[in-house]
Amino acid sequence: MKQYSNRYIFIYVTVLALIVATVLSTVVNRLKPLQDYNKETEKIQQILSAAGYDGIDRKEAQKLFSEISEELVIDKTGAVISRYGSGTFSEGDIRAFDIDDKTEYIKAKNGEDYHLPIFAVNNNIFVVPVRGKGLWGPIWGYIAVADDGKTIVGTAFSHDSETPGLGGEISSDKFQSGFKGKELFDRNNNFVSVKVIKAGATNIDPQYAVDAISGATSTSKGVDDMLRTCLELYVPFFRNYLK
Amino acid sequence: MQLKKYLGPLNKENPILVQVLGVCSALAVTAQMKPAVVMGISVAVVCGFSNLILSLLRNTIPPRIRIIVQLVIVAALVIIVDQFLQAYFYDISKMLSVFVSLIITNCIVMGRIEAFALSHKPIPSFIDGLANGIGYGLVLLIVSFFRELLGAGTLWNCQVIPESFYSNGYLNNGLMVLPPMALIIIGVIIWIQRSAHKELQEE
Repeated sequence: MKQYSNRYIFIYVTVLALIVATVLSTVVNRLKPLQDYNKETEKIQQILSAAGYDGIDRKEAQKLFSEISEELVIDKTGAVISRYGSGTFSEGDIRAFDIDDKTEYIKAKNGEDYHLPIFAVNNNIFVVPVRGKGLWGPIWGYIAVADDGKTIVGTAFSHDSETPGLGGEISSDKFQSGFKGKELFDRNNNFVSVKVIKAGATNIDPQYAVDAISGATSTSKGVDDMLRTCLELYVPFFRNYLK
Repeated sequence: MQLKKYLGPLNKENPILVQVLGVCSALAVTAQMKPAVVMGISVAVVCGFSNLILSLLRNTIPPRIRIIVQLVIVAALVIIVDQFLQAYFYDISKMLSVFVSLIITNCIVMGRIEAFALSHKPIPSFIDGLANGIGYGLVLLIVSFFRELLGAGTLWNCQVIPESFYSNGYLNNGLMVLPPMALIIIGVIIWIQRSAHKELQEE
């Protein structure tokens, strides 16, 4: 029977693979713009949610974002090198939205030159991205800081694969509400970050710390590290606003 | 009546309840109704079309690489469904995460291809695949109904248990959100079904 010959099998497999590959690449190419748009909208929703605009509809998010936000790009020294708002550049030519914060943080770690994105909402809230490691995978989020340069007004944390009910709680309102009103600089204007500490620990001023999630020590520590290492790079910028 | 033959998967030949296939994903995606329904539809689509395509090819497939050819077709369909969900139902696709890709390993799909599509004509195969997928989705729907209602107090993301219950001390059952309760609910459904249909009971 011809179906048992090697020749037939090889031709069959080759033709099948070609057809399937063509179909798949066509589908993926066609849907790519829509998927990119979805990811973009999700990022916008997170930025808005950190700044206090919670539960904004997907469709409205894009519009609202372009209305109320200004995108700033800063360099190592905290100087603004690019400003983009309501569709035009008033300074420089880099959009903060297009900057991949992950690669910039790696550059910073390796001592290379880097640019950091800041999303200014309503001109009085600065939203900055943070990125770190949880227990099982990456964790990331956005921190909104008021225009006094130190008070946190909101956060939006996300994670890929933290344990539901334990580490996964970092994206819950309960954990995140703890960050509101905390300060990044102490009275002498030294950067202290916001520490994530075991509930009830008394050696740290509660103005600069939030309670960790019990049972999720590694993820809590991940959030602590993430905030300190990422926000530290923004210190030169925030200092301009400190009193 | 021909049609009756194909309705078996909805009840007496249900893939989850009687053949006990595809239980893993049934435990994982049934915490809420919306993802459960989308998952059910996805499996029905993959199952129906993989049956259709493989039934069309059934006389040309080299027997020695039969399983490989089946896997390629099923995998391609699953990728298409996954990409489609990411483009049009982004939030739900995030909730379903890896379980859409894992439809490939769902025994129902391969099971129906082997048991039915390779020996039947395309149209009956397509209907058989769809019916099995719907039978699977139906169980997901029932399980997710109870899990969402008792675990979160919502149905289809709408609050159905009134606020006054909560103020009087009613609490959502956190256990319902976890997979073990899905297994128990499926067990209860199997129990009810076997009591209703004595012929399904084993010695």
